[in-house]
Amino acid sequence: MTGSMTHFFAMGGYAAFVWPAYGVSLGGIALAVALTLGDYARAKRRLDKLERGGEA
Amino acid sequence: MFEFANPQRFMDASGKVLPWLALAAAGFLAAGLYLGLFVVPPDYQQGDTVRIMFVHVPAAWIAMMAYGSMALSSAVGLVYRHPLADVAAKSAAPLGALFTALALITGSLWGRPMWGAYWVWDARLTSFLVLFFLYLGYIALWNAIEDEVRAGRAAAVLALVGAVDVVIVKFSVDWWNTLHQGESIFRAGGPLIAPVFLWPLFLMAAGYTLLFLLLWIVRIRTEIVSRRCHTLLARASRS
Repeated sequence: MTGSMTHFFAMGGYAAFVWPAYGVSLGGIALAVALTLGDYARAKRRLDKLERGGEA
Repeated sequence: MFEFANPQRFMDASGKVLPWLALAAAGFLAAGLYLGLFVVPPDYQQGDTVRIMFVHVPAAWIAMMAYGSMALSSAVGLVYRHPLADVAAKSAAPLGALFTALALITGSLWGRPMWGAYWVWDARLTSFLVLFFLYLGYIALWNAIEDEVRAGRAAAVLALVGAVDVVIVKFSVDWWNTLHQGESIFRAGGPLIAPVFLWPLFLMAAGYTLLFLLLWIVRIRTEIVSRRCHTLLARASRS
């Protein structure tokens, strides 16, 4: 099991290129999802407050 | 309030679609990652670097699709003056810039072991870098002009002029002798890639497409909500 795990992570000697490519992609997408949902939640809270008649 | 009639309809409809989009995107990405990382064998020439293709090619496709969406929305905005069109174009730009950056970075991580260089100034890579700067210029233009109608119009013109670059990106591998390989999937005579590699590629591409649509819709919703805030504030300050 450990041997096959090591083999998997080694990526045939290309680990230094394969894993950063996946890491950057995943990280970039995760960041976009977090920022996009965060922006929406913030805008929505502001609108709810305004519609209740308060100052935002 | 008639100008919000259509945005309101958009808010209602998109609210219902979003959870399903998220579920489908997650499913395709999980299946694509599983096949791409665990099932597919190393390529006989590229070795395990072939797996970089499963994140590189979909990112590049979305980068171009996002630009197409942005240019189309811009054209609709210019011709019909539909308020939602400018919002749609504006909302696509940061996502397009992200996927362009991802395609550039993953591409150079593949290029180093396979070509021996992170970067070469061939026509495909150069025109793709120009695409990235077009996105940045488009975003900067929106931020530079305060009046939203004027900003939308100026940015739309830039988006349409820049659309030429998407055509150049697409055909660069045919028009010039590029180091970047030619079209190997959507070509006359069928794909040049073995089916075992096509499956994870298409699953990831489907996941990326749905993810782009999802984020695009949420960004449009955010813009609609913030504009409604501005309208309410403006009305409050008048009364």
